Formats: sequence, C-alpha cells, structure tokens
Amino acid sequence: MGFLTTESIRLEPLIAQVAAPDRGGVATFLGLVRNHHGGRAVTGLAYSAYEPMAESVCRELIAETESMWPVRAALSHRLGRLDIGEAAVAIAVAGRHRDEAFAACRHLIEQLKRRVPIWKRETYADGTAAWVDPTREQSVATGDERTGMAPW
Amino acid sequence: MALSGTTSPTIRVRLFARYAELLGAEVIDLPSAGMTTAGDVLAHIRALPGGAGLGESTLMAVNLKQAALDSRVAPGDEVAVLPPLAGG
Repeated sequence: MGFLTTESIRLEPLIAQVAAPDRGGVATFLGLVRNHHGGRAVTGLAYSAYEPMAESVCRELIAETESMWPVRAALSHRLGRLDIGEAAVAIAVAGRHRDEAFAACRHLIEQLKRRVPIWKRETYADGTAAWVDPTREQSVATGDERTGMAPW
Repeated sequence: MALSGTTSPTIRVRLFARYAELLGAEVIDLPSAGMTTAGDVLAHIRALPGGAGLGESTLMAVNLKQAALDSRVAPGDEVAVLPPLAGG
C-alpha cells in the first residue's frame, strides 16, 4: 500500500493497521494545515514529492522504527492541494505500553520531516505563493505562477 | 531538454519544486561523458541558466537513494537534485 495519497487522510484506518490484542498503547500524530506561517496569513498549500523515492523512504522509516522499538507503525502523507485545517500527515504507532508508542511516533514524524522528499508551496492571503524552506525558517518567494508548471 | 534522436549515453536528472521552476524543467538528460560523481552532475546543473539559484547545501539522490556528492554515477542512472525538504 502506498504512503502518499491525494485523498483525505484519517487516523482510524492507520490505527486499525497497527492495533492488536497485545498492544495496549497507541500513539498518534496528525499534522494539519496551519492558517499562518512566518507571520503571514496562509490560505492553502500544495504538496509535491519525488514519489518513488518518497515511498521508498517511508517504507525504510517504518522498518527502522519497528526495529528500534517493539511496535507496529503506519503513516500517510497527503499530496496535492490542501485547505486550512486538512490533515497533511497522519501517523499511528502501537506498542505493548505507552512509552515505546510515544517514542516511536515522535521518531517517525521527526525523521519523515528530515528524510522524505516532499515539498510544500504555500499560498498567502495577499495572492502570492512561495516554496517553504525549513532550513531558512522562512519562505523563498518565487513570485506568481509564471512558469505554468504544476507544483506536483 | 531531452536529447531525442541521439544514442549517446545519458544521465537523467530530475528537478523538483523551486529548482524545477528555476531551471524551467523537471527532467534534463545530460550526456554522461566526463561525469563520474553526483557532484559533477550538480556542477553541470548549476552552470545552466537558472542553476545559480540552487542552494549551497543541495541534497542529491542517485537511483532513489540519498547520495553524497562523491557518490559514483553511471550512464542510465537517475540523479535527483532535491530542494530543502518540507514534508510533514
């Protein structure tokens, strides 16, 4: 099953994938589209990805997490255009107890942000748009849609 | 930018997000002659119109795996130039 989707993502199917009678702790993370970034009003965004590599890295991250803690883990990441409040990423991790579930869930979201080739283009209330560059903690303005290229 | 109609060996370079906008292309097929590392490919891309806008610490991938600049590349490889990641 793919980790990337252009459809709405929900936690419940991920929880169902990882839950089991001997796993009493389920930790989840849901990342939603914020209406602000760097002091600017955000009206929406679009995610794009290097899809075959992103799928491959997500598979690696799940295997890595399940080798570091006695857990089962699942994740979904949204692509395409999203409105404010929509879920961009969802993670569910189940373990025997809460400690390993919380730790593994935290590891997954942090490593996903560092290693999965996905990019985010925000649109702002003033009509401009920019690619988000977390290494600068601010956006790099690219002006309007003059290239005519779809962002994914 | 694909070199259609030629049989010379190439390396397929993929660009994404802001870098694709800067270069005006998502795929560039470069002749592989003289290119032995991912860093060689990056140097060629930086020299193209728009290429000077690429970040200094640009990430690279060779055949879907993140790769250091001294990673070897061969004809037929797919080399990706990755802008700063912003998933999650």
